[in-house]
Amino acid sequence: MADPLTMLGQADFSARVQDMHKDYVLGGETVRALRGVTFDVPTGDYISIMGSSGSGKSTLLNLLGCLDRPTSGRFLLGGDDVSRFSDDELAEIRAKRIGFVFQSYNLLPALSVLENIEVPLYYSGRRTPRARRQCLELAEKVGLGDRLDHRPAQLSGGQQQRVAIARSLVNDPRFILADEPTGNLDSTTTCEILELLGGLSSEGRTIILVTHEHDVAEQTQRTIVLRDGKILSDERRR
Amino acid sequence: MTTWLRTIQLSVKNLLLHPLRSALTVLGILIGVASVIWLLAIGEGIGQKAQEQIASLGAQNIIVRTIKPSSDEVADGGYGLTRNDYVCLVATVPTIDEAFPIRVLSQEFRFKTRHFEGRLVGCTPGYAEVTALKQDQGRFITDADLDGERNYCVLAAESAVKLFPGGDAVGKKIMIDKEFYVVVGVMVSRAPSAGIGGSLAAEDYSRDVYVPITTLWRRIGDMTIVTKPGQFQRDIQEISQITLRVDQPSHVLQTADIIRNTLAQSHTLADFGVTVPLELIEQANTTRLMFILFLGMIAAVSLVVGGIGIMNIMLATVTERTHEIGIRRALGAKRGDITRQFLAESTVLSVAGGMLGILCGLACRPLSALIRSALERWFPVHMESLPDLIRTVQPVVVNWSIPLAFTISILVGIFFGVYPALRAASLDPIEALRHE
Ligand SMILES: Nc1ncnc2c1ncn2[C@@H]1O[C@H](COP(=O)(O)OP(=O)(O)OP(=O)(O)O)[C@@H](O)[C@H]1O
Ligand SMILES: [Mg+2]
Repeated sequence: MADPLTMLGQADFSARVQDMHKDYVLGGETVRALRGVTFDVPTGDYISIMGSSGSGKSTLLNLLGCLDRPTSGRFLLGGDDVSRFSDDELAEIRAKRIGFVFQSYNLLPALSVLENIEVPLYYSGRRTPRARRQCLELAEKVGLGDRLDHRPAQLSGGQQQRVAIARSLVNDPRFILADEPTGNLDSTTTCEILELLGGLSSEGRTIILVTHEHDVAEQTQRTIVLRDGKILSDERRR
Repeated sequence: MTTWLRTIQLSVKNLLLHPLRSALTVLGILIGVASVIWLLAIGEGIGQKAQEQIASLGAQNIIVRTIKPSSDEVADGGYGLTRNDYVCLVATVPTIDEAFPIRVLSQEFRFKTRHFEGRLVGCTPGYAEVTALKQDQGRFITDADLDGERNYCVLAAESAVKLFPGGDAVGKKIMIDKEFYVVVGVMVSRAPSAGIGGSLAAEDYSRDVYVPITTLWRRIGDMTIVTKPGQFQRDIQEISQITLRVDQPSHVLQTADIIRNTLAQSHTLADFGVTVPLELIEQANTTRLMFILFLGMIAAVSLVVGGIGIMNIMLATVTERTHEIGIRRALGAKRGDITRQFLAESTVLSVAGGMLGILCGLACRPLSALIRSALERWFPVHMESLPDLIRTVQPVVVNWSIPLAFTISILVGIFFGVYPALRAASLDPIEALRHE
């Protein structure tokens, strides 16, 4: 069956979200976390998602990051309808096409900085000497070239978040998702992290980040506000 | 290949984060794997020991012995195998090729001022061959000695040393029971033969003096008086033991039955015993089977307990590392990657146990000697009551038991690791990420 959506020129969009719903069933009760969300993500866009607590921001970001499948609706990522993908296929997309940055950094405590940055290489199957050299370069790029052997616990929050950003870039994804990346950081460190993200955006990568802070949202090109699982507003800055 | 190496490396690293916990888990498998090797080694040892005994007694031989009945049964002091039995067996059982009767007494031997208490063995020329005694000096008893009932004797190596420390025994006359005997030969020292359970006592050849059995019959006679404090005891016995050689191995068991029947007709007392070395194989097999069952049970139990230990630890690990699992899943790990990681960890645990178990298994000889001497020291009575074979057996590691033990340890790791690993892999990435 010919699909009007997939027939559109895909080159312009890194992702398209079509009437996406997500229900959680908890002890017989259904929580409707997303109730029909539709938007396009042009390639290279830099989007912030805002909204009050419980409005569905993380739920949306998890769906965009292929960590979960929508209850209904579609999510097209570069021409593939990801909402129908199997578990392994989703994992493969996460490994090769998506970079994650989390509020609580989510580094592996037993591994060193360099080892943490290398982790995604195992899952994308690209653990070549060249890729490992790139890890070193990435560590340099986020300013941690001299802390390669340190454990996460020996780093400040800002430094940990830079490691996480370096890690998200290892497989050179075009799509970077960040759930409140500056939520645990002070304003100076927030600025540094945003600078890093801005740099990635100007490299042509698509970035979507969730935030509570207007200052952070203002650094992005476009802000989507959610309320009760629906889009309240979708504005582009100029 | 390299991914597997990486996975194993990572597993070792993770396990070393909890060294004590991992070590204790390994212990269960270690014991199980070591038991597997031990049980096979002891089984093999028993088998070899039985083979050795059979070889030393002669697989083609049947040994008929005099057994002393309880003293109130012996009315006039006479009991045991008789010259008549000997003649009768040789004449009526066609499958008997040769027969070597002996008569053994306790005696004092003297040369001038030197003397010692030893075993006087009246025997035939074939005795040296049948007990694997080797000549050192001079000669052994000959047929001529036998026919002439001569006062000649041959000394065991240790007996010769006792009477002739200078080593010049041959040609001298020693005194046995008030008569002189010329020493015509000295034998090479021989290790004692092992006894076989209850059916054949161990024989020590070190204090022997050999004379022609006919001479013994004539000069010393069948009667001996045993003096114990306060009483004399008369003992009349013609033949102590006859070693019978059967013409073919396949006739041995049948011949033994015929001998038993023949002797039973002329003996009213239970004063003889028939030992068939070939039957030792059966005895050894039962002992071996008993051991294999016993240790097999220990091995099975400790492998299962060890496996459960692994499962337990792995389940705890999965819970502890839920967050890590979430992170890895978010970074692109497939379910299979997670399964593999945890499976590798449980397998590394069990293989470590397996390898240490193999080391303990290889050390079974010194270890079993250690355990045996400890047991003998603390439980002498219990050890005494154990069959000889079990007390003296030397474990012999069977080559193929090592790959077998190794395979078992890998299988245990996989078997008990599968459930925790699958459980880890089935965690929802988002839930796992949220888990702290
Ligand atoms: N796994 C889940 N099971 C059940 N309900 C869930 C689950 N995850 C989220 N929800 C519910 O879905 C709704 C949206 O949650 P979500 O985490 O997306 O909010 P959020 O906008 O990220 O909030 P915050 O700003 O606090 O992070 C909430 O009502 C939440 O309780
Ligand atoms: Mg959230």
